[in-house]
Amino acid sequence: MSLLEVRNLSVTFKTGVREVQAVKKLSFDIAESEAFALVGESGAGKSATALSIMRLLPEGRAFYPSGSIHYRGRELMGISEDTLREVRGNRISMIFQEPMTSLNPLHTIEKQIGETLVLHKKLSVEEVRERTAELLNLVQLQEAHTRLNAYPHQLSGGQRQRVMIAMALANEPELLIADEPTTALDVTIQAEILSLLKKFQSQFKMSLLLITHDLEVVRKMADRVAVMKSGEIVETGKIDEVFENPRHEYTKYLLSSELKEVLPEPETLGEEVIKSDNLSVAFPIYRGIFRRKRGEVRAVDRVSVAIRGGQTVGLVGESGSGKTSCGLALLRLIPSTGSIKFMGEEVQSLKSGDIRPLRNQMQIIFQDPFASLNPRLTIGQIVEEGIRVHYPREPKSTRNRMIATALGEVDLEPEYMNRYPHEFSGGERQRVCIARALILKPRFLVLDEPTSSLDMSVQTQILTLLIELQKRHNLAYLFITHDLRVVRVLSHEVLVIKNGHVVEYGPVERIFNNPRHPYTKTLIKAAVDMEID
Amino acid sequence: MKQKKALLENSQLVRRFNNFKSNKRAYISLYIFLSLFIISLLAEVVANDKPLLIRFNAKFYFPLFRNYVETDFGGDLELEVDYHDPYIHDRIAENGWMLWPIIPYKFDTIDYALDVPAPAPPSRAHWLGTDDQGHDVLSQIIYGFRISVIFGLVLTFFSSIIGVSAGAVQGYFGGRVDLIFQRFIEMWASIPSLYLIIIITSIVRPSFGLLLIVLLLFRWLSLVGVVRAEFLRVRNFEFVKAARALGVRNSVIIYRHILPNAMVATFTFLPFILNASIIALTSLDFLGLGLPPGSPSLGRLLAQGKANLQAPWLGITSFVVLSVLLSLLVFIGEGVRDAFDPRRNLV
Repeated sequence: MSLLEVRNLSVTFKTGVREVQAVKKLSFDIAESEAFALVGESGAGKSATALSIMRLLPEGRAFYPSGSIHYRGRELMGISEDTLREVRGNRISMIFQEPMTSLNPLHTIEKQIGETLVLHKKLSVEEVRERTAELLNLVQLQEAHTRLNAYPHQLSGGQRQRVMIAMALANEPELLIADEPTTALDVTIQAEILSLLKKFQSQFKMSLLLITHDLEVVRKMADRVAVMKSGEIVETGKIDEVFENPRHEYTKYLLSSELKEVLPEPETLGEEVIKSDNLSVAFPIYRGIFRRKRGEVRAVDRVSVAIRGGQTVGLVGESGSGKTSCGLALLRLIPSTGSIKFMGEEVQSLKSGDIRPLRNQMQIIFQDPFASLNPRLTIGQIVEEGIRVHYPREPKSTRNRMIATALGEVDLEPEYMNRYPHEFSGGERQRVCIARALILKPRFLVLDEPTSSLDMSVQTQILTLLIELQKRHNLAYLFITHDLRVVRVLSHEVLVIKNGHVVEYGPVERIFNNPRHPYTKTLIKAAVDMEID
Repeated sequence: MKQKKALLENSQLVRRFNNFKSNKRAYISLYIFLSLFIISLLAEVVANDKPLLIRFNAKFYFPLFRNYVETDFGGDLELEVDYHDPYIHDRIAENGWMLWPIIPYKFDTIDYALDVPAPAPPSRAHWLGTDDQGHDVLSQIIYGFRISVIFGLVLTFFSSIIGVSAGAVQGYFGGRVDLIFQRFIEMWASIPSLYLIIIITSIVRPSFGLLLIVLLLFRWLSLVGVVRAEFLRVRNFEFVKAARALGVRNSVIIYRHILPNAMVATFTFLPFILNASIIALTSLDFLGLGLPPGSPSLGRLLAQGKANLQAPWLGITSFVVLSVLLSLLVFIGEGVRDAFDPRRNLV
């Protein structure tokens, strides 16, 4: 008998008069000590499925028109909250995507882990303490015994996720639901967390329901996989079968969403567009009542980089390594020291008024397409912004034609001009951002993780578009990312950065095939094999 | 091309208006409020102690626009006509007719023809009764409503402009500007405004303009905090960075990118500020510190109700009028706020 049997599960969300069918007649089984993965793009209904097993969806807004969920043959659907609580957090537990918000900032680690122990096992204070320390050791939290009284803000993202896992494991659950457990983490930490989960799964004979959009993670972790598309399972099967012989069109589409466009040949590269020499960014530290400067943090430390027309330089590093600061400094959006030459001209010494005419030649595209479009302006007004600044005298008709051309370049309909950002998907929004940057015909673009908040297939579309545009306009790209798999196909050269220092800088093939620095080696191993030494 | 732009802006406006309309409660409230406000704007025609039109000796007279003396209508004295005077009444009735407003009393008309001692209960002549000086209550309400709403709107308008600008500057520039401004505001806010008003009104004779200025000195503070917080939040958004990367000037960023986003918070507060302004005037009038004696006012009517508990129509009427007015404004404000939020367009 399977551990968990889901039959004909449907979930509907009601807001006002609108109804959204998030999950439609879904059925699947999870066997004992099996790792089962639900894969799909955002909005496919993966999380809704997981949350309805735990019945954590908001009551009064989420409804279950049909379905049954059997746990060890026992119906979970429609039982009382009290009965459910015996299962929830005890037999089935869950870890969430965002380690920053899934721990209560006001309680110590010990208290949060201990909570489920007190609740379900009725342990004494002493026993709880002992067990908590044991759990923290188990999840390999560094200096576990000193961390018992730590608060969440004292831990890093990876450490918090370990604490979350410790909480989930506290009562030795039979089923662990992991909802995108590593999406918010850096590659090396992702690899660590995944291997930890894998280890526990075999150690405790625990079943795992893994929810993710990342096919590599699935391949690494799961025994069986179900592919979801708009609330339905389109294909289920053993990992090897599905990945080797996908039967459904959508699975094939997901598996084939790899980048096919090739970069411009190095021979065709143009002249040097931007060059930095010993670029440093320091953030001052103020102390005391009078806020005197007592020191500084070097976010970027003596970075020298040169990018030619048509060339992409990948800037790789983990979060907090100073990648974004470096990009912003090159555009002179934050103060920095060291030389920046744009088209052979020194721009570091220019005053803010003098740099404005140059702004149309260097642009930036941000990570979050939701935050980077002003929700109160129409798409047309957003794209038009650059013309308003640099060509204020252009008549309305010329402007409209320019907007239409820019939208056309990123494959958007000119009719979208009068609509607002919230009407568009993440991928379309990112296209709008690109159009906004391109309308001024820049030579240099900083791409700050332009695809990391997008689904895999959309990510591929955007990257393809970026490469096409690069070829067409001979653009120089600084491509900032933490995703080495993308860098490999997209960059000519790679710059690896750690704590603001350049660790390694060279052609992409050399870096990937023959990394010299141990840090680069670790990064590449974590990204490509999802393993860590 | 100009046409097209007009069309585009028009379509935005239409969209917002449709949004507003879809909120039934706000839409109906707006209707009721506008009707009441228009009636009160036409107060002189609706409630007046002078007839709208007189036909006397085959001639037309317009007492609303011209002053006549009693001799014009066959009286004996060179005095301004009191049209309620039975003698004049009879003179005109003999040789013509008079067209009266629906309510033949102004807010300060004293009805000497009352057959009960003032305050008189509601009757055919005085639909909502009179106060203890024989003034018609309904007429007072119509005039008082007008002055309250206009006062509230003007005060809200100016205090919002000052408050939003101050909040915007503080939030956008932050740092030292913010620090100094915040300390100033803390000191300013701790001045007891009521006592200040009492002192000022005891030295200078209060008027509409003076009260407006004195209240404005303190009312603008209420928006600063919200707008400042919104600016502090929005200025770090990537679309602001993107605008800076495009070379957009600070003033344009404030005006075009951040301000519209901060407006939701402002609009949320606006109905409350408007209500608070109306209440402020009403309570000053209630305490006798407000508009000069003899002006129509809801606050004074409330005070009348308190002084004449045996005449419940005074207190009840003013209570109902105030609560209906304040509720209508809150409902309308709610609708306006939702209409301006583009994310609600889909609902």
